[in-house]
Amino acid sequence: MTTVLSTRWRWRSSNVIPGFGITFGFTLFYLSLVVLIPLACLGWRAASLGGADLASLGSDPRVLSALATSFWTAFAAAAVNVVFGLIVAWVMVRYRFPGRRLLDAAVDLPFALPTAVAGIALTAIYAPNGWIGQFLQPYGLRIAYTPLGIVIALVFIGLPFVVRTVQPVMEELNRDVEEAAATLGASRLQTLFRVVLPSLAPALLTGFALSLGRGVGEYGSVIFIAGNIPYVSEIAPLLIVMRLEEYNYAAATAIGSIMLSLSFLVLLLINLIQAWSRRRFGHVL
Amino acid sequence: MKVTRRNLLLTVPLLAVSLQFAGPGAAHAQQTLINVSYDPTRELYRDFNEAFSRHWQAEGHEPASIKVTHGGSGSQARSVIDGLEADVVTLALEADINAIAEKTGKIRPDWRGTLPDNNAPYTSTIVFLVRKGNPKELKDWGDLTRDGIEVITPNPKTSGGARWNFLAAWAWAEKQYGGDEAKVRGYVTDLFKHVPVLDSGARGATTTFVQRGIGDVLLAWENEAFLAIEELGPDAFDIVVPSVSVKAEPPVALVDQVVDAKGTRDLATAYLTYLYSDEGQTIAARHYYRPSNPKAVSDKSLLEKFPDLDLATIEAFGGWAKVQPEYFGDGGIFDQIYKPGN
Repeated sequence: MTTVLSTRWRWRSSNVIPGFGITFGFTLFYLSLVVLIPLACLGWRAASLGGADLASLGSDPRVLSALATSFWTAFAAAAVNVVFGLIVAWVMVRYRFPGRRLLDAAVDLPFALPTAVAGIALTAIYAPNGWIGQFLQPYGLRIAYTPLGIVIALVFIGLPFVVRTVQPVMEELNRDVEEAAATLGASRLQTLFRVVLPSLAPALLTGFALSLGRGVGEYGSVIFIAGNIPYVSEIAPLLIVMRLEEYNYAAATAIGSIMLSLSFLVLLLINLIQAWSRRRFGHVL
Repeated sequence: MKVTRRNLLLTVPLLAVSLQFAGPGAAHAQQTLINVSYDPTRELYRDFNEAFSRHWQAEGHEPASIKVTHGGSGSQARSVIDGLEADVVTLALEADINAIAEKTGKIRPDWRGTLPDNNAPYTSTIVFLVRKGNPKELKDWGDLTRDGIEVITPNPKTSGGARWNFLAAWAWAEKQYGGDEAKVRGYVTDLFKHVPVLDSGARGATTTFVQRGIGDVLLAWENEAFLAIEELGPDAFDIVVPSVSVKAEPPVALVDQVVDAKGTRDLATAYLTYLYSDEGQTIAARHYYRPSNPKAVSDKSLLEKFPDLDLATIEAFGGWAKVQPEYFGDGGIFDQIYKPGN
């Protein structure tokens, strides 16, 4: 990798798969068909709204509040997932115990489950009369129908993203390095923070970004658990649905594009941090 | 493909079969009717379709295949606008059918009036569903804004049914405060401060109230309230009928362009007309919808469930064309009551 980067940048380099022209052409075509054209349509529809309307929509306190809710809950959920997803991945990779494969398969369930089902199930559990909710109710802690419920739903949805990105990298980690650190007199914590985590950082950041991106746009599961009270637990995708209900496609796409640009900025920022961490810690694999 | 003996052997019977389908069968191809409906009519149309199929065949027609799709009224209307080939629409709100007519021209603009009773073969109203024995003693709209009362209603922005809830509360307040608009707004704003959860649809709100045990009162369509009691047993909930409510008219209409293209106009017209027949009206009443022509209901005991109350019509509000943007549009009255500081 580094050798390729250090030599002069070339248009094409010899590769095991021949036919650069065909594959590159296909990539462009496929990406356009699947990603770029729909996004361009979104932008085009939103542009039909005009600058003034777009500005008033972008400064509407209700829209801003919904955007803030969507982003902070997705951030919180992604942060939780990074910490606990790391532990889950660590246990799966480093230990052998009965039922490990079953547990490993269970991590993917949030991918497979229809999100609405997840939302209804979580609401049933965390509602004041639910399995978990009934124990929290006496302490005045409400999870379902508050922003906290949104975070719970997004933690559920986003967990596999972190585990599945970190797991393979962790499997490739060289134990020799940890042993070397130990023989050189590093404490366990030092080994963890200065040897293990830096090499996992890029994968963790990717997992964080995926979990965040998924969480910001999540509708199906959140809608059941959020309570959907304006200015409190109303998410931006719900505002889009409301605009659609009013047959106001332009405003719906405009909110959609605002969300998209914000997500893009956040993901770009994460990529930059990732690039920086690669340069700082080197590529360990 | 090389023509081998094996391929030929396969082809001949296939050809024969396809010829049979394309030949004399095509002239009498089974007609399909698609009814695009909203959520709580699932049980109603399951029964009605059976009855209609019997009636249609008894009249000497070929059996027809009838399909119904259900969903939120607004999103169902959007599917039709986006190209779902519905022969008839039976939705919750006149505004949704108007939207189809306006955006696509598939339905004639003067559709309302092509059938009796403003195209509403059955109506309903908004009632309170409360916990058994009515422990909080909620009798009328004024009780709902007492301290500590939690009210469950879906979001009027996303649910057609919830718009009727809103208007029912508004109608009561208008009568109560003699039309003093500021006071009416004050009451409705206060009412929505007592709403802890705004579900996106009517069924979702029912689940929140019934299964999750949230809230003291559910504002519900009369037929949904009866259905909840029927499904969950009469020992869990009571229905409270307020002094004032609205006359909710879920309208039905023919999708002209589709039936003409498919050649199903006769079938679709007969389908909608049969809703007004004795049997259609009786089925509606059995599913807790108020029949528009109670005289047609054969089993009069079905009508005893429907108490008399003061029902405001949508005309009293100025019609849906005015109500929709003014009350529920972007920045409308409903949006304003959630403005911070209100």
